[in-house]
Amino acid sequence: MGRVREILASRRSRWTAALAAVVLVAAVVSIVAAAVSGSSDVRVSSRMITGTPEGRQAVQLDTSLYLPAHTPAPAVLLSQGFGGDKSGLDGAARTLAGDGFVVLTYTARGFGRSGGLIHFASPDYEVKDAQALVSYLAGLPQVQKNHIAAAGSSYGGALSLLLAAADHRVSAVAADITWNNLSQALFPNFAGQGAGVFKRLYAGSLFGNAVPSGEAQRGTDLGPPGCGRFAAAVCTAYQQSAAHGTPTAAMTKLMNQASPATVVDRIDAPVLLTQGEQDSLFPLSEADATARELAAHGTPVRVVWRRGGHDTGTGTGSATAAASSWFHTVFDGRVTAKQPWRFTEQAGVVSANTGDASEQTLQAAGYPGIAGTPARTRTVTVSGPAQPISSPAGGAPAVITGIPGLGGISPAFDQTLAALPTTAPGQTAAFVSGKVHGSLLIAGQPTVRLTVTSSTSEAQLFVGLRDLSSDGTSTLPSQLVSPVRLTGLTPGTATTVTVALPTVVRNILDGHRLVLTVSSTDFAYANPAQPRSYEVALAGGGVVTLPTASGSAIDAGHPVYWLLVGGGVLVVVLLLVAGVLLRRRLVLRPRPELAAVPVAVDGLVKEYKGGYRAVDGISFRVEPGQVVGLLGPNGAGKTTALRVLTGLITPTEGTVHVFGEPVVPGASVLARVGAFIEGPGFLPHLTGRENLRLYWAATGRPDPDADFDTALEIAGLGSSVDRRVRTYSQGMRQRLGIAQAMLGLPEVLVLDEPTNGLDPPQIAEMREVLQDYARTGRTVVVSSHLLSEVEQTCTDVVVMHRGRVVAAGSVADIAGAGGVQLAVPDPEEASRVLAAAGIVAERVPARRALEDVFLGLIGEEE
Amino acid sequence: MSERELSRVAATHRGIHQRLDQLDAGRAPAFDPHRTLRLRIELIRQLKRRRTQIAFALLLVLPLGIAVAFKLGGSAGDNAPQLVSLAVDGGYNFALFTEFASVGFLLVVVVALFCGDTVASEASWSSLRYLLAQPVPRARLLRQKLIVAAGLSVAANVVLPLWAFLVGGAFFGWAPAHSPVGGDFPGSGSPVRMLVIVAYVCISLTVVMSLAFLLSVSVDNPLGAVGGAVMLVVVSNILDQIAALDPYRKVLPTHFNYAWVDTLSSPIRWDDMYRGAGVALVYAALFLGLAWLRFDRKDITS
Repeated sequence: MGRVREILASRRSRWTAALAAVVLVAAVVSIVAAAVSGSSDVRVSSRMITGTPEGRQAVQLDTSLYLPAHTPAPAVLLSQGFGGDKSGLDGAARTLAGDGFVVLTYTARGFGRSGGLIHFASPDYEVKDAQALVSYLAGLPQVQKNHIAAAGSSYGGALSLLLAAADHRVSAVAADITWNNLSQALFPNFAGQGAGVFKRLYAGSLFGNAVPSGEAQRGTDLGPPGCGRFAAAVCTAYQQSAAHGTPTAAMTKLMNQASPATVVDRIDAPVLLTQGEQDSLFPLSEADATARELAAHGTPVRVVWRRGGHDTGTGTGSATAAASSWFHTVFDGRVTAKQPWRFTEQAGVVSANTGDASEQTLQAAGYPGIAGTPARTRTVTVSGPAQPISSPAGGAPAVITGIPGLGGISPAFDQTLAALPTTAPGQTAAFVSGKVHGSLLIAGQPTVRLTVTSSTSEAQLFVGLRDLSSDGTSTLPSQLVSPVRLTGLTPGTATTVTVALPTVVRNILDGHRLVLTVSSTDFAYANPAQPRSYEVALAGGGVVTLPTASGSAIDAGHPVYWLLVGGGVLVVVLLLVAGVLLRRRLVLRPRPELAAVPVAVDGLVKEYKGGYRAVDGISFRVEPGQVVGLLGPNGAGKTTALRVLTGLITPTEGTVHVFGEPVVPGASVLARVGAFIEGPGFLPHLTGRENLRLYWAATGRPDPDADFDTALEIAGLGSSVDRRVRTYSQGMRQRLGIAQAMLGLPEVLVLDEPTNGLDPPQIAEMREVLQDYARTGRTVVVSSHLLSEVEQTCTDVVVMHRGRVVAAGSVADIAGAGGVQLAVPDPEEASRVLAAAGIVAERVPARRALEDVFLGLIGEEE
Repeated sequence: MSERELSRVAATHRGIHQRLDQLDAGRAPAFDPHRTLRLRIELIRQLKRRRTQIAFALLLVLPLGIAVAFKLGGSAGDNAPQLVSLAVDGGYNFALFTEFASVGFLLVVVVALFCGDTVASEASWSSLRYLLAQPVPRARLLRQKLIVAAGLSVAANVVLPLWAFLVGGAFFGWAPAHSPVGGDFPGSGSPVRMLVIVAYVCISLTVVMSLAFLLSVSVDNPLGAVGGAVMLVVVSNILDQIAALDPYRKVLPTHFNYAWVDTLSSPIRWDDMYRGAGVALVYAALFLGLAWLRFDRKDITS
């Protein structure tokens, strides 16, 4: 440690040390950052793999293989969504490869550089292509046997499920934002039987994804115009269904064979279903249906409801992460029937960074209705009279609840949309509930019963559940409504149906109301051209059954432990410090034989860093009634010795005892010592009197003991004592400081250079005061380098030089060895007598002390 | 009187000499080290200082300025965070906004000022050595100074939101607090949340308080102590922005500074506040322990 101190002593080496420290810290930070972010070592290679031929034409599929750092590893077949090609899967593939999977991505037939036509998840074409790719994967040496998984989003998710049903080499599936029953997805009907309302905008944009734009449209080997690379049968079926707004028989057959719902009883591989909460194309109810069907079959299924979906396009990163951890769980053999269920609450917490509302993800122990998890519900009653609504001719204007790709992105957009229904007047019936007491977390699909009367034999309605806050803002959770299509009605006769409302996650706060809205049109759907009118009323008492859930936030950890650790550290530090301080106190012992000796210094040594000894073994004693002068040149160690005496500095060796008690910082015996060390110290913003009063009050001793009058007289400041100390001259502060040292008339008075800054009358006065003070039996220790002062003031002197005591004794002993003077009244006569006796004498004129002359000249003060 | 006849010259304060002549010998005084530097005395020492008065004056003027700005300037604009645009909804929301704006820097500077200045300024005026020579035991001096400085810091932490609440109420009405999440907290919900917020802010500022106190004990210059503590907060905020340092960011002293916004959810989420309190306690314990150990055997040369 001493070596380090030596090195740090010089200025240049200090700068070097500082620079080295900065470089070291920067290096550590960058290493940590690099280690934390991790490095990926993924190798990518592309090749074309043969798929199912299209008629007699061979079809090649464009694939990419991602190999992780360590092989053999489990493999994942990643399928693309509808549109684009395998390049959109690059990010997810790299993430999975970084997690230790072999990943094969491919461009589906009819897209990108792959050959063939789009048959839309046909078991004869797309599913067979996927099986060929699984065979390829199974043949790779880098792939662990029996560890092949299938994953994909949307179109790719459905393909993965269909593949798992067709090919039992697939042992795990992760399907993101995909459908269960394509008919219910594209022609949804949330009450009644049969085909529902055509999801016009979404279906059209989905179809358009497969039609390449530009010069490819003019290619001759493509199908009928407007079909792009769709297979002719698929294209025709879709176009006819879209024109009518209801599916044709061919379309229905196509949709059924592309739906996991028809094959789910053949899926044995555990399935992860991640579904988006902001998705009106494939809403949460699709995943719910798949999950229940799988659970009924006995296949383990885990459900995650995540932020995002087709409406907003965000959140795919979390889907990939969930898939990765699911595959690890399955391949480690840790899958059980009961899986935790995660769902996201929008606007659940306030973000600490921005002060805005942000989401939080909650986790419940299980999915309601699966593996014995109970489904909890609550009911809220809405009320309102039967209301007439109408559907306009031509289907316009229509109520706008959401626009594909734009829905639900911000509260501001939601508020804008909320204002829009007023552009479609007379088309919405509303039923309001009472105030909800206590908050209520809806997570699932609410249901309600309605009575509908139509003016024609069909009814097409859009039912939604809005959250109305106490200040009047109403929100449609995730901008979702449930389309309802009733057919075979008798005009004018009421029919009662149970409507399944949109599946949402929404926290209804205390004091909010629920509003059930029933609209006759919706912008995103195909609305009937003929004008209609309906009458809508509540059935079953207007009871809305709401599925509720409670979950705990993920990564909650155990934050209370942090608090306990903090408290524990506090207690430990407290005890440690108290222990150290106490141990230091117990070292020195009192010496009762010195109880009558005011000051006893024994072998005092004070050594500073670098070996410099300010005080090098001094010893002296001070007896009561003495005025002791510490005399020595500057640097002799006088001030250091006095600082040790008052407990400000701890000596390296040796002891100081005052009245037999050892002097340590804060020793009680120091109350018998009054000190003035190296100049005055006052609070400049207070007056002199206030300073003295506060100083005495800080000692905790009673005010009468202080003897303020004596002290103020000694200071001799007159009326200046009521001015602020910052206005005082040096001499005034000096005198006030000495007066402060004399407060309480202590038994030992220690003054360091008290005459510094005083003029000769004040010096003389001070001299008298000190001598009077000592005569009362008290002791005064004065240090000075002024010889004449010490000679005139002190009774005893200790001479110091370079930290050592050179001489000690009474003034008379030390200074008096000069000689004897004979005083004669008549010098003339005396010189004559001496000359007659034969003694040579020389006359020397007597000199008076300058001080006597000076004081005589300036006279008295008052 | 001395042997030389100076009665003509030095009889300036003859009364003193008579007084001293009549004095009896000194005896040991009734002294109790546990009564030195009582809190009331230390409080008077601090309250009489100009900087204390100016700091509190600033805290009182600030909410008035903000309220006038909102009144004159209109709404917060479309891109403002919810917490800002809700600020004019009532007294509670105004106090919340003022707290949100002040916690990052203003309250840090005020707390660093109170705690960093207390021992270092005594050293710079040379009055520290006289206090210690009285004797005030070293640990007791630190304890009393820390209690008063901490008390003033807590007072500042309480005065600001309380005064902002009153000003906001006078300007914008007394509606219960609205949360950016979309609810409001009628009845006792709002004052309870304000209390929790003030308590948590006090706890999280103990880091600044203890570091400023440690620096105050170590350096003789009060500005150095205050500036050093503020520098710590600035550096910690900068490091907190670097996402690559996760998960080590959680142990930075200022990471959980805004965890109190979790009180605006219904029900109150305590998780991050527990973590923040734990981290703050660890730092405070370490810094204060160091301060005590250093001061106990320090050579006082100021």
